[in-house]
Amino acid sequence: MEEILISVVQRTLVAGTPLLLGTVGEIISERSGILNLGVEGVMAVGAVTAFIVTHHTGNPWLGLCAAIIAGMLISMVHAFASVSLQSNQVVSGLALTMLGLGVAGLLGKPYVGKPLAIKINAMPIPILSDIPWVGPVFFNQSPFFYMAVLLAIGTWFLLEHTLLGIRIRSTGENPKATETQGVNVSMVRYLSVITGGGFSAMAGAHLSISYSKSWIEGMTAGRGWIVIALTIFALWNPMRAVVGAFLFGGIFVLQYMLQPLGISPNFLAMLPYMATLLVLLVGGLRDSRRLNAPAMLAEPYRRGDR
Amino acid sequence: MKKIETLEMINIYKSFQGVRANDNINLKVSSGEILGLLGENGAGKTTLMNILYGIYQPDAGEIRVNGHRISIDSPKASIDHGIGMVHQHFMLIQNHTVIENIALGYARAPMLFPQKKMRQSIVSFSEKFNFNIDPDKKVWQLSAGEQQRVEIIKALVNGAGLLILDEPTSVLTPQETRDFFHVLEKMRKDGQMIILISHKLDEIKKICDRVTVLRKGRVVGHACTEQMDKRSLARMMIGREVIFSFSREKMSRKEKVLDVVDVEVDGDKGYPVVNGISFEVYRNEIFGIAGVAGNGQRELVEAITGLRMVTHGRIRINDIDITNQSPRKIHNTGVSHVPEERIRFGIAPNLFLYENAILKQHHQKKFSRRAFLAYGRIKAHTRQLIKDFQVATPSINIQTKNLSGGNIQKLILGREIADKPDLLVASHPTYGLDVGATEYLRNQLLKRRAEGGAVLLVSEDLDEIFELCDRVAVIFQGKFMGILESDDSRIADIGLMMAGTKDLRTGEGADDSF
Ligand SMILES: Nc1ncnc2c1ncn2[C@@H]1O[C@H](COP(=O)(O)OP(=O)(O)OP(=O)(O)O)[C@@H](O)[C@H]1O
Ligand SMILES: [Mg+2]
Repeated sequence: MEEILISVVQRTLVAGTPLLLGTVGEIISERSGILNLGVEGVMAVGAVTAFIVTHHTGNPWLGLCAAIIAGMLISMVHAFASVSLQSNQVVSGLALTMLGLGVAGLLGKPYVGKPLAIKINAMPIPILSDIPWVGPVFFNQSPFFYMAVLLAIGTWFLLEHTLLGIRIRSTGENPKATETQGVNVSMVRYLSVITGGGFSAMAGAHLSISYSKSWIEGMTAGRGWIVIALTIFALWNPMRAVVGAFLFGGIFVLQYMLQPLGISPNFLAMLPYMATLLVLLVGGLRDSRRLNAPAMLAEPYRRGDR
Repeated sequence: MKKIETLEMINIYKSFQGVRANDNINLKVSSGEILGLLGENGAGKTTLMNILYGIYQPDAGEIRVNGHRISIDSPKASIDHGIGMVHQHFMLIQNHTVIENIALGYARAPMLFPQKKMRQSIVSFSEKFNFNIDPDKKVWQLSAGEQQRVEIIKALVNGAGLLILDEPTSVLTPQETRDFFHVLEKMRKDGQMIILISHKLDEIKKICDRVTVLRKGRVVGHACTEQMDKRSLARMMIGREVIFSFSREKMSRKEKVLDVVDVEVDGDKGYPVVNGISFEVYRNEIFGIAGVAGNGQRELVEAITGLRMVTHGRIRINDIDITNQSPRKIHNTGVSHVPEERIRFGIAPNLFLYENAILKQHHQKKFSRRAFLAYGRIKAHTRQLIKDFQVATPSINIQTKNLSGGNIQKLILGREIADKPDLLVASHPTYGLDVGATEYLRNQLLKRRAEGGAVLLVSEDLDEIFELCDRVAVIFQGKFMGILESDDSRIADIGLMMAGTKDLRTGEGADDSF
């Protein structure tokens, strides 16, 4: 029994890791006012890039770096469309998803069914991992897990306690006022979207070179959309994203466990979205301002507009 | 950054969709000088200053600093040249705290923990002006007056060489304005230069060395303030004589319109800010509420108009209980509201002018047939409205946000007064209006009163209160310090009451009690 429990929690954390990475990235982007619905596509690009580079170099860390760079590059498409061209962010984000999924499928075709020789394995942290219960669950995880949690905390700190954070948040709240304070709104938004893309690509890399060690088309399996929901669920707060990501990760694990009991996996797949709606409902009924949504989210901004 | 010694704007042109907002404008300021920029609503003052601050690009013309041509392609470039600005429409981030708003543009803000590290300096800085604002409050919790103070602090912390002030005192109290002007005078002595836009001619006369007057986008004159009086300034601005005083004939009180009984209201932070206020307003009466911003007048007004929960007490209009009814119901009972923040609460900025002209009234018979709006009638009504209230606009088919600040205010006033409400609740109604429009508006309020309407006027402008009100209540920390008749001799001490002195016992020969 004990073993099962530990393994369930452990797998929950593994499943939550890419969700957390993606969500933190999306939070940065949305806090600057840019809605990026391209997460699913960027994740796929990250996954395929990480896989291909690892496959050829034999170094998964190199694969991870390449994935991050690829994710940033492809996100620039969305940044350009929504910041420089002030186009509709929903349209441009959906286009990014299509583009990313397509590119990833194309590039990955030759690699389907060729597992990697090496992947990023669990990295037990000395001493800490020997603690009973807690050790194996929290401190015997893939480096992606540690990175995700640290990045979430780091992002929270950045947003709440640094000047740059105030600038990013101000940009999302009121780009016009922010610009009159001498902040380069376009630059802040570009940086936020690109950084967010890097995070999403990391999430993808986790799937292809750590969680599994193979590439299959469509392996992101809707995680990009869960990230969008999770960003709202977390009310744009990276700390709450940690809780949310592992909660939703738990649902993933449950999906496999409950299937034999005859509970439809579709029902469970629905839960993250239901939970998000519930949070919005409950939070919104109490005080909509407390929801914290960036006031100018998804609103194009052009200088000189009144 | 070199210090700015002189600044020139030469042959500046700017038009918007066929409106010539700036038409060959020349202007010069040198260090140690305060230049007043005058002009009626829509004359192009804000446009010109936005060009100087890098928000707009001029269609033609150049800007020179110390004789050298410079290009200002963004607010950042302008800040780098040592220019700071207080904007007419507050450029504040509503969901952020006061500290975060100030840190955003503060040149020496620390990278880490700005909120913690800047609190002390912000508090001591604002004490210099006797502004007391809670640095941890979110901006949306502040009244218009408090927001204006934040806006001023924001512009001053960086110590700009050229400070542009676009109606900085429109919702400050006289005392705050005085303190603020002392600071400006000190800055002038230190060799800084200031461009001040204001519709309050007394202020202009008091503090400015020179004025430049705009009309319909052109410069119509320069003058030294020494040689001008208020009257001649006004004439220069609007091209005709303006009457500054009104005769308010006495009227006997008729039946009660508004009845407020022991009302308590919570503020945004959840604790009470209106603590048991009772009063009545009658037909043929203008009732004023004077007080420093942030003493509960905003919340009281919101409670009366249905925008905020009343936690205790009753409010009645024409003997109908409207406590905690919906704003629409209250509006239908005969209450109109001119809110203190025109952009956020007075209009829908992206809707067309004719749509904004019937907000809250769209469901009335004259503007709609079943589920459909009667656009013909709406537009005719709007045309009449902008004619009566002299709203300067190229057409009624433009987005309302493109009107100048004062013209937006005129539109709101027109809409609310044309509805012929039993009770008109107006907060800072002349906020941002030029002298001509102010005169017109005050006449309209008096006309409403003569026709049997009741007016509840909230203002920090004591002159306005004295001129218009039959009775004045002074509010302090959510309580009335007293209600005075306009002929009450204690009215001269209203300033003291605004600061919290209760019931001065002057009046019947007790003048020596101080
Ligand atoms: N972005 C814009 N788009 C369209 N028209 C504009 C825009 N900005 C200003 N205008 C027009 O330019 C004219 C000048 O406006 P401006 O705001 O400069 O006036 P102002 O002198 O500041 O008036 P006020 O005293 O009312 O603030 C107005 O007719 C206004 O409608
Ligand atoms: Mg203006």
